[in-house]
Amino acid sequence: MRPERPPILIATLAIFAVAFFVLPLVGLLSRAPWQTALIDLTTPEALTALRLSFVVSLAATALALVLGVPLAWVYARVPFPGRDVARALTTLPMILPPVVGGVALLFAFGRRGLFGPALEAIGIRVPFTTFGAILAATFVAMPFLVLTVEAGLRSMDRRYEDAARTLGAGRWLVFRRVTLPLIAPSVFAGAVLSWARALGEFGATITFAGNLPGTTQTLPLAVYIALETRPEVAIMLSLVLLAVALAILVVMRDRYLRAF
Amino acid sequence: MARPNLRAAFALGLAAAVVAGACSQSSTGVDAPLAGEVTVFAASSLVDAFGRIGNELRKANPDARINLNFGSSSTLATQITNGAPADVFASADQTNMQKIVTASLATGAPTEFASNRLEIAVAAGNPKKVSTLADLARRDVVLVIAAPSVPAGQYALQALAKAGVAANPVSQEIDVRAVLNKVILGEADAGIVYVSDVKSAGARVTGVDIPDRHQVIAHYPIAVVKGSKNAALAYRFVDYVISPAGQQALGDFGFSRP
Repeated sequence: MRPERPPILIATLAIFAVAFFVLPLVGLLSRAPWQTALIDLTTPEALTALRLSFVVSLAATALALVLGVPLAWVYARVPFPGRDVARALTTLPMILPPVVGGVALLFAFGRRGLFGPALEAIGIRVPFTTFGAILAATFVAMPFLVLTVEAGLRSMDRRYEDAARTLGAGRWLVFRRVTLPLIAPSVFAGAVLSWARALGEFGATITFAGNLPGTTQTLPLAVYIALETRPEVAIMLSLVLLAVALAILVVMRDRYLRAF
Repeated sequence: MARPNLRAAFALGLAAAVVAGACSQSSTGVDAPLAGEVTVFAASSLVDAFGRIGNELRKANPDARINLNFGSSSTLATQITNGAPADVFASADQTNMQKIVTASLATGAPTEFASNRLEIAVAAGNPKKVSTLADLARRDVVLVIAAPSVPAGQYALQALAKAGVAANPVSQEIDVRAVLNKVILGEADAGIVYVSDVKSAGARVTGVDIPDRHQVIAHYPIAVVKGSKNAALAYRFVDYVISPAGQQALGDFGFSRP
């Protein structure tokens, strides 16, 4: 990169842009009740939300891995008709307002939804359950995994797979012992991104799964509710989410913090 | 001769005073249309009644822009104390109005303009045969209430406590309208809402009365927020809500007198 002196207008606007991102963080930090931080973070409501968010986000990531890696493989390797349409549909939740996703999930898996009665017949109730919160989180998170893993599969060197095949390995063995290890960094990156998205999920969860401490009240919902009653708890929980986001950026720095 | 003159002068003076009074009344009074913009923050249970009141005021003041913003009273109070540009605040309880008063953000003492009773909303036709608060604890009844942080949630908990019912709601929704919607959508069998909510849902839900001994009455105060850029229009809104026409609108949507 050749250093260059920016025109004043560009420099000024760039400073405004940085300020726009930094000031809200400064605002949040300035309100943080540092003296009581530990007490606020160990209140029953905070602990319950932390525990639930941990479970929900990890379960959503696991579900995204189990379903998303195969889907990415199909997208990368199988040229079936309508693949672009399928990819568009499974990418949609990345751009769709989460609350719309929540409404859609409700009309599919809710009690009066398309498949709700069938699910209820076999004893599965999705809305207002932790499972519902996991589904909501998976819905918004999995596209990140699919896109990342598909990119990894497309850029990998397929000669290793060919070599394994010529040595007599079956397709499943090749996938398991050659492909997966080669795309492991992409799978890891996709999983981390999905997890972060699942952790931050709000709109689809509150619409589809409701809000009950210990069952569906994840961290973002707890922040929203606590802001009105115990703002100091809301701020501390926000800082936890902020710290997690920063940690993810550090882990993924090669992907995001270094341009080219 | 002097006396009739005096009397005439007195009569003239009286007439002048009446005319002057009438003039001053019409220059600041109810009829002169106002311009400008006000933003009303109102409890979500008021969405229909204030919607109509807003429309009536817009008709009477064609140059005025009246923005209505609905949410849980607690959310709105938090937003106002953090500097949200509200001109009028109408709360579904005294607690959240008190937050505004304590923050010195209310102009004068808040005026109570309506009250509201609690009611159990169930699916149309009441298929689960809910007839009392005690039925809400039944295992086959999926119950939602509002979050304890919002007025409707507080009231619901108080009513359940009065009835000695240990119910297990599956969700604590962010405001009372979200509770109503879960019942309308059929995701919940029952929800504790206001009489006015059941009324606004029409045929989509059935209301189950809560007897007086378990009843919790919501009191709705309204106030002009200090620092309003258009206090005249803000007061016009508040005055209209308290006026017979405003009370009529509130009554039509199931609210009771204050």
